[in-house]
Amino acid sequence: MKTTLLSAAIGAAVLGLASAASAATLDDVKSKGFVTCGVSAGIPGFSNPDDKGEWTGIDVDYCRGIAAAVFGDAKKAKFVPLSSKDRFPALQSGEVDVLTRNTTWTISRDTSLGFNFRTVNYYDGQGFIVKKSLNVKSAMELSGAAVCVQTGTTTELNLADYFKSNNLQYNPVVFEKEADATTAYDSGRCDVYTTDQSGLYAIRLKMKNPDENMVLPEVISKEPLGPAVRQGDDKWFDIVSWVHYAMVNAEEFDINSKNIDEKKASGGPDIKRMLGAEDGGKIGTDLGLTNEWAYNIVKMVGNYGEVFDRNVGPSSPLKIERGLNALWNKGGLQYAPPIR
Amino acid sequence: MAGMALNSDTPNTKKASSLIYDPKARGIFYQVLTVALLVLFVWTIAQNTIHNLQRANIASGFGFLNGRAGFDIGQSLIAYSSDSTYGRALVVGILNTLQVAIIGIITASIIGFIVGIARLSNNWLIAKLAQVYVEVFRNIPPLLVIFFWYKGVLTILPQARDSLNLPLGSYLNNRGLFVPKPIWGDGTWMMLVAILIAVIATIVIARWAKQRQMRTGQPFHTVWTGIALIVGLPLVTFVALGSPVTFDFPIAGKFNLTGGSVLGPEFMSLYLALSFYTAAFIAEIVRAGIRSVPKGQTEAANALGLRSAAVTRLIVLPQALRIIIPPLTSQYLNLTKNSSLAVAVGFADVVAIGGTMLNQTGQAVEIVALWLVIYLSISVSTAIFMNWFNAKMALVER
Repeated sequence: MKTTLLSAAIGAAVLGLASAASAATLDDVKSKGFVTCGVSAGIPGFSNPDDKGEWTGIDVDYCRGIAAAVFGDAKKAKFVPLSSKDRFPALQSGEVDVLTRNTTWTISRDTSLGFNFRTVNYYDGQGFIVKKSLNVKSAMELSGAAVCVQTGTTTELNLADYFKSNNLQYNPVVFEKEADATTAYDSGRCDVYTTDQSGLYAIRLKMKNPDENMVLPEVISKEPLGPAVRQGDDKWFDIVSWVHYAMVNAEEFDINSKNIDEKKASGGPDIKRMLGAEDGGKIGTDLGLTNEWAYNIVKMVGNYGEVFDRNVGPSSPLKIERGLNALWNKGGLQYAPPIR
Repeated sequence: MAGMALNSDTPNTKKASSLIYDPKARGIFYQVLTVALLVLFVWTIAQNTIHNLQRANIASGFGFLNGRAGFDIGQSLIAYSSDSTYGRALVVGILNTLQVAIIGIITASIIGFIVGIARLSNNWLIAKLAQVYVEVFRNIPPLLVIFFWYKGVLTILPQARDSLNLPLGSYLNNRGLFVPKPIWGDGTWMMLVAILIAVIATIVIARWAKQRQMRTGQPFHTVWTGIALIVGLPLVTFVALGSPVTFDFPIAGKFNLTGGSVLGPEFMSLYLALSFYTAAFIAEIVRAGIRSVPKGQTEAANALGLRSAAVTRLIVLPQALRIIIPPLTSQYLNLTKNSSLAVAVGFADVVAIGGTMLNQTGQAVEIVALWLVIYLSISVSTAIFMNWFNAKMALVER
């Protein structure tokens, strides 16, 4: 009984904001005038402040897309950097409206944590990075290695599973912050660092001598990264999901931030319907937004391809290929339901 | 008061009014009110939390502790694998916390006493060095001290492949200190029995010596006899058994040294930082305690003809300890609580492991509660022990 009371008392502290975060997240967001997104504290390409202190990355752009859809102003987004450990309580308590923080969609997070996932804005998989001087060509040669890993991630669990199922020994060195883990790897505390492949390429850039490190070929897990919202608010869940679908559909229709006005005037009925130029259309209002919601997203943030290219693709220092993240009709997995 | 009671006609009003003005009844009333408000407050919070958890569809309860943990832990004092339960993972964390706290407390006390006494030294250099030590470590946040040791260890020590070769088959590199691991053979338990016998014998001798000294005034070298017994008896047993011990030496593996025992840099940096940091405070407490003993006591003891070692041991220290122990207790508690900074350097203490569990299961409320209960239990146990020690050391008034 004592523990129950005690845990309840702490719960009140943890969930102190829960009463503020009522079921109608959209109304809350509208009344406070901005959308609050939980992001990572600094993973290049996903969410990272640039040299001017502006947040950049595909997770950040997702959040800006939501702001554009809700307010018609991509700048009405606030970013809360969260460690992997803090991210779930922050969403549960209502400190953030949506978690756009390269979070893997898993069944336990979808159920027992009380979240909802639907869209995947980056299909990733876990890999390993090692020093070239070790002469390791495959993850199967890693038995006996010290492995740096960030705590509280699916990465930590995949790592344990992979080494166990392949009968390999390893010595985990676990850090709370990604920066601490990579510094420890870089200074030689560990032989291997493991995280999602996209993260490995991003982290390699930050190392003392990027060229002395190589990413091993094995991808040991499926990591569908996407935004999470609290259960029990279907309207907000729909909005967050359709922001991504609008960006993917826009890419499919070849609509981008530069040609959108032209397309809006001259495009076919499906394009006009999506961009809110159809007479009597009420797709946007049914979503609880204005009919220009999709237009605003693409105009202010860009289509999915633009966002990918700018943050992690060829136009970024990461230079990651589209791979699984190409559109479904180009050999990838990005597929959006039709807007009609 | 008496006049009022006489004037009132009905016994009922007399009773009621006297109750209102009775300071004892009032006191009880306010206490009951306070408790009631407190219960109401806690109850409201509990209801609110349960309601919020249910609305957010978050599973609750402590059942998750029986689930498979699924993650590995680098430093563990007991057998643990990713197949173990969350509960066992938590135990690993508690033991790691206790390990660093206990060893840290011992080391901090030793350094603290030495530095504290050194500050009172007549030697100018020693006194000033001790003062510099105290001022430096006392005025830096413990987290920075931990970082100092961790980053210092990592950058200065050689890489795994160019380990420093130390005597007795030990190696040092930035993965830690590798020492040969003793593997005890048959009959090792007899050595433990020998140690136990030696300890009991020492206690018996100490009592007898004290009684004899009270009776006859004859002193007895209890300390030396005790040391001889506790070291000698197991040693004799060890040799008699034919030295039943072999060593597992660390050898160079593919990535690092394998075999032997390892003291990782995470543990070392946390342990050293906590010890050095807390020792600065203990030094000040020791200095204050010794200073608090009036000079007349020392002079009186000298006048009686006691030697200076005996003066310190029999006159100054017993009186100083009474001043030292209560603040020393809070320093021990601080050290234990500061060990939660382990998270910063990746040492698997109870907070780090609890944090991982929190993330894998999402049971934030339960795990935060467990943390509180664990730290509370450790701290209260320490405090109870220190209070007992304090009572034993306190001046017995006759």
